[in-house]
Amino acid sequence: MRTLEQTTQEILELATKHFKAAPGSLHANDDFYKKLGIDSLQTLELLSRLENHFQIELPDYEVQGVSDFKTLAERVQSRL
Amino acid sequence: MLDLSKYSSIGEALRDALETWPREVCLYESDRGEQKQRITYREFKDSALPLAKWLQDSGFKSGDRASIIMTNQSKWLISAYAIFFCGGTLVPLDYKLKPDEQWTLLKHSGASVLITEYPIWRQLSLSAGRAEAANVASVLVTEAPPQTDLARAVEWESASGDGQPAYVPRKREDLACIVYSSGTGGTPKGCMMTHGNYLEQCVALTSLYPFWPGMKYLSILPTNHAIDFMVGFFGPFICGAAVVHLRTLRPEFVREAFTKYQITYVSLVPLVLKNLQKGLQARFDELPTGKRRLFERLKSWNKALTKNRPVLPLSRLLLKPVHAAFGGKLEAIIVGGAFTEPQTLQFFYDLGIPVANGYGLTEAGTAVTVNDLRPFRADTVGKPLPGMEVRILNPDMDGIGQVSVRSKTVMAGYLNEPELTAQTIVDGWLMTGDMGRFDAAGHLQLFGRKKNMIVTEEGKNVYAEDVEQAFEGLPVKEYCVFAANYIWPSRSMVGEQLILVIHLEHGQAFTEELRKEIAARNSRLINYKRIHGIVVCNEDFPLTASLKIIRVELAERLGKLERSQEILPA
Repeated sequence: MRTLEQTTQEILELATKHFKAAPGSLHANDDFYKKLGIDSLQTLELLSRLENHFQIELPDYEVQGVSDFKTLAERVQSRL
Repeated sequence: MLDLSKYSSIGEALRDALETWPREVCLYESDRGEQKQRITYREFKDSALPLAKWLQDSGFKSGDRASIIMTNQSKWLISAYAIFFCGGTLVPLDYKLKPDEQWTLLKHSGASVLITEYPIWRQLSLSAGRAEAANVASVLVTEAPPQTDLARAVEWESASGDGQPAYVPRKREDLACIVYSSGTGGTPKGCMMTHGNYLEQCVALTSLYPFWPGMKYLSILPTNHAIDFMVGFFGPFICGAAVVHLRTLRPEFVREAFTKYQITYVSLVPLVLKNLQKGLQARFDELPTGKRRLFERLKSWNKALTKNRPVLPLSRLLLKPVHAAFGGKLEAIIVGGAFTEPQTLQFFYDLGIPVANGYGLTEAGTAVTVNDLRPFRADTVGKPLPGMEVRILNPDMDGIGQVSVRSKTVMAGYLNEPELTAQTIVDGWLMTGDMGRFDAAGHLQLFGRKKNMIVTEEGKNVYAEDVEQAFEGLPVKEYCVFAANYIWPSRSMVGEQLILVIHLEHGQAFTEELRKEIAARNSRLINYKRIHGIVVCNEDFPLTASLKIIRVELAERLGKLERSQEILPA
């Protein structure tokens, strides 16, 4: 079982890859809308990627109002 | 043209439709590509009436208000019909708002019943706002996991009364819905829409974009939004058509739904349309040179042959793979909620996919003008729909002035806001706050706003005042939020941004610490409400006797300054 820190780290790596961000530039408390300049639709794309990676189902409502990686990691962790 | 003259309410028209098309499918529900439900009009009625009876048994009566906070799904529409059947007024709220915002609007609306989904209720029930909205006496929750503590709510699935409910008739001038055109923070703007408003709007819209049994509408815009309520519920139901709901809006499943259900119409906000354009363009760019050349040639033929009007069978033949990706039956994409850039509209039209671009606002009963596609014009928002009188107030030398509308679709007013209503509806004319002019062909063109607000590409209305709360207690003498275009009119409807104007204390400097404090507060706001820049003002804000900022005057003062030099990064 992954720890929350591991989950967060994996999410940061996936987001870095998916949105072609500079390696090491994303952090747990970052606001991904602001940091990556993405919109709500692109966040949904990231969700699909997280689902495949963690082998979980993550309904759209789980990211309602979430804008930082840390909270996103908590939502993922609760479904692992 | 659809004749709805015999009906006096939404409930009556829907009730008739359920009897007229019993065997037709009215709803499909799909989750991650898998079809979960297929409901006929008869089954819809059989689900809604026991709920109506339950509501009546619980004391819900004519004129009472019931709110729905749900994602797009069959139970949204079933619940709405049950409310109308009982003669109730529907308060559709945005499921994307924060729980405290939802409670604020629930309180403001005076709703006695709330119908919601379990994941939303989980958040709502924990919010402190619940205690404030004591008017909400009953809560119905759909899809709750077994043996869950519902915090005094009732399972929607078990809310079933025995026997037949009594149908409660309503008149055209009675209130059908209270629709909130923006979030909270300032004055909640609850548009009071009558049954007559919806019946008239339905006739006007279907005159250009008709529905028929067997056609399928893909419902993506939230149903609480005026557009989806009309074209994703009322319009198709009146005509015996079907609505497709997806439980997830991930792009891959949305794409799949087009082909799986052979969608006829879909409504999108500009942001999604642009995203679709980007995806398609990337695929075109990947084509090998030979194929690419052939595609470009076919596209130019299509463009020439559809210059005066769409010829869908021809476009489907010429650009078969593109149309096949959309299911092959797509008649038009309806785009709304915000301004769409002409090049995006043109991109789709050149592919033989008409985009029904228009102009509307909740206060006017959704659409005011719509492109009739004869010919297609990407540079305008179309001509007024039948029954709409549109005029330009105080036009300047270029013919540009405020757009005002008179029609039977215009709302009755803002709930509990007589003053705001009187400022907005003057002698029967709705002051839209948008600037526009008519061209020689009678098409409306838009040139920015007169209102201190922005509309995002996702179709979110954000009033500048609503954002100010986030900066309460900021260590400055005074502050104010403006839409940049309100101060510096740009005659443009794109790239609208909010800015924070601060006036520092005497001797105070604009330090990095203060900038960080602003940035921190800004990041706590939901992404589309954030400010994009800061303006430091060196003089006292003009105030009323009751110490309220006179925004018009302050904006005028700031407008004399150079925009590009004044806005500092937030």
